[in-house]
Amino acid sequence: MGADTAVAPPQKGAGSDPGKARAPGGARRSRDDRKAAWLFLAPALIGFALFYAYPTLRGIYYSFTDYNLLTDPVFTGADNYHQLIGDEQFFNALKVTGYYVVLNIGSQTVLGLLLATLMHRLTRSVALRAILLVPWLVPNVTVGLLWMWMLDANLGFVNHILDALGLGTTGFFTSPTWAMPTVAVVNTWAYTGYTALLLYAGMLQIPHHLYESASLDGAGEWRMFTRITLPLLRPVLALVLVVSLIGSFQIFDTIAVTTKGGPISSTRVIYFYIYEQAFTNFHMGYASAVAVVLAVILGVLTAVQMRLLRASRSDLA
Amino acid sequence: MTQTPTLTPTEDARRKPSPRTKGPRRRITPGRIAAWTLLGVALFVTVFPFYWMIRTALTPAADIYSDSTGLIPEHPTMINFLRVLGLTSQAEAQAAGGSGAHVDFLRYLLNSVVYSGLIAVLQTLFCAMAGYAFARLRFPGRDAVFGVLIAALMVPPIFTVLPNFVLVKNLDLLNTFAGMVAPSVLMTPFAVFFLRQFFLSIPRDVEEAATLDGVGSWGIFWRIVMPMSRGPLITIGLTTTVWSWKDYLWPLLTGREEETRVLTVALGIFQQQSPNAQPDWTGLMAGSALSVLPVLVLLIVLGRRLVESLNFTGIK
Repeated sequence: MGADTAVAPPQKGAGSDPGKARAPGGARRSRDDRKAAWLFLAPALIGFALFYAYPTLRGIYYSFTDYNLLTDPVFTGADNYHQLIGDEQFFNALKVTGYYVVLNIGSQTVLGLLLATLMHRLTRSVALRAILLVPWLVPNVTVGLLWMWMLDANLGFVNHILDALGLGTTGFFTSPTWAMPTVAVVNTWAYTGYTALLLYAGMLQIPHHLYESASLDGAGEWRMFTRITLPLLRPVLALVLVVSLIGSFQIFDTIAVTTKGGPISSTRVIYFYIYEQAFTNFHMGYASAVAVVLAVILGVLTAVQMRLLRASRSDLA
Repeated sequence: MTQTPTLTPTEDARRKPSPRTKGPRRRITPGRIAAWTLLGVALFVTVFPFYWMIRTALTPAADIYSDSTGLIPEHPTMINFLRVLGLTSQAEAQAAGGSGAHVDFLRYLLNSVVYSGLIAVLQTLFCAMAGYAFARLRFPGRDAVFGVLIAALMVPPIFTVLPNFVLVKNLDLLNTFAGMVAPSVLMTPFAVFFLRQFFLSIPRDVEEAATLDGVGSWGIFWRIVMPMSRGPLITIGLTTTVWSWKDYLWPLLTGREEETRVLTVALGIFQQQSPNAQPDWTGLMAGSALSVLPVLVLLIVLGRRLVESLNFTGIK
C-alpha cells in the first residue's frame, strides 16, 4: 500500500509539470524561484502551521484555562501554575523522572560505550550489529510485555533462575523499591544496542593509524581507550548523550504497559502524569501547564543538542 | 569503511602471528577471550528474551504452570497464534486460554503497516520537497522560514499531543487513518533539516546543466535530485518507519477502534482484557511475537542499510 503511493507521484509530476514550475528568466544568476518554492514548501508549511505552530499556541493557551474536553475552555489566569507549585504529585513526578533518567542514561551510556568499544576493537560484522539493534526496533509496548513475563513473580524465567540460585523471587514491577529501577533496566536492554551503534559509528571516524602507532609504542587497550577513543569521541558522545536524555525524559510507553504509575506513585513519571491528568481526569488545562514545564526542560536540552550538533560537525569535518 | 569479515579470533591469529603487538585482529590473548566472551554475553542477553517469547507462545495455556522452565515446550502448539490472529472460533479461543474478547491481530498488523507506511512515504516525500527548496531555490525570506521550521524541533511531542488530539477530535477524524497520520505526514523538522543538509552537499553541475536545457525545478527535483539521493531518502524513510511502527500514545488516543487499531494499541488493550491475577501470557506472547516478526523481515531484507544508516541519522 505504502509503496504504491511512493511510486505514483514521481512519474505524474515529472511528466505533466516541468514547464509550469520553470523559473522565469531561465538560468540567470539573479533568478527568483518564488513560485516553485511555494509549491515545494506548501505541504511542509501547512503541516508546520496546523500541527506545530497552532497546537503550540493552543497548548500555552490551554495551560491558562480550565478545560475538560467537553465544554469550552474557561480562562482562569495563572491558576494552574499556582496549583502546580503546591502539587506534591507533580514534584513527585519530577523526582521519579529524574531518578529514572539518571539510572537509565547512566547504565545505557556505560554499557553502550563498552559494547561499541568491543565491536570497534574486535569486529566489523554487520550481522552482529543487526542483532544488537533488534530490541530497539521492537515497540516499547512489546518490550514492556515481554519483560513483565520474563520478570513475573511466579512464573517468570528470571525469578526461576533467582530461585534456583537460592535468592528467592522478587515482584520486580510490584515492589515500590524495585519498580523504577526495573523499568530503567528494561529500557536499558531496549536501547543499549542502538546507543552502542551510534557510538560505534563515531569511533569509525577516528583515524585507524592512531591505534596502530599507539600499539607500536606498547600502549595497552585501556590506555588506547582513555587516550585515543574517549577524547576523540567526545563530540559524538556528548551528542548521543543529549539525544538519549531527551528521549529518556519522555518515557511513557513502558510505564503505561507495565506499572501504570504504581505501586504508590513510584513510577508515575511526568509524561504519564500529564497523560492521566488529560485523559483520565480530563483536566486538560492543568495537564497543559505541566506539559509547558516539561517543554521548557526539553527545550533547554534541545538547544544544547543543536549547539553540539554544530560543534560535532566542525570537529569531525 | 571497509568491511573485513573477521568473525573469530582464531582466523585473525593465523593471519598475523607476530608476537608482542596488540590491537585488533591479532593473536589470542586472555584479554581478547574476555572481550569476545563479553560480546557473547551481550548477544545472549539480547536474543534470549525473544527466544523465550516464542517458546511461551508455542506453549498451551494449560501448561503454563507445569511447564515454565524447560527450553522447549513439552506440548508445542500453534493454537495461540491462531487464536490471536482471529482464526479460531470464540469457544476454541476461550478453551485455549483467551479471555473471550474478540481479537484479530491480522487486522492490527495490517493497520500498523498502513499507518507506518503512509507516514514514512509521505513524510519523506514532503520533507524532501521542502529540503530541496531550502537548499536550492531562491526566494525572499528563505533562511527565516527555514529557521522557524527548525525551531519546531524544540517543541516536544507531548506538548503538541494534547492540542492535536483536540484538533483531530473537533475535525471528527478520530478513528480514521487520516486523523491518525495527519500530524506526521506533512513534515517533521528533523527530516527537513537532514535532507536539506544532504542536498546542499551534492554538486550543482548536473542541475545547472539541466537548467540550461530548460528543465524546470520540478523536473530537476524528480529526475535528477531524487534519484541521486536514494541513500539518504531510504535512511529517513526507514527510521521513520521504525519510529511510527513503535508509536503508542498517539494511536492510542486517536485510533482505538477496531478498524484503525494498530499492533501496539491492540497489545495494550489485549493485556487489559486479560485478567490481572492470571494474565493470558501465551496469547500475549503470541501477539508480541507478531509485532516482532515484521521487524525481523525488515532486518533481513534491509539489514545492512538499516545498520549503516545509523552512521549519519544520529550524528551527521
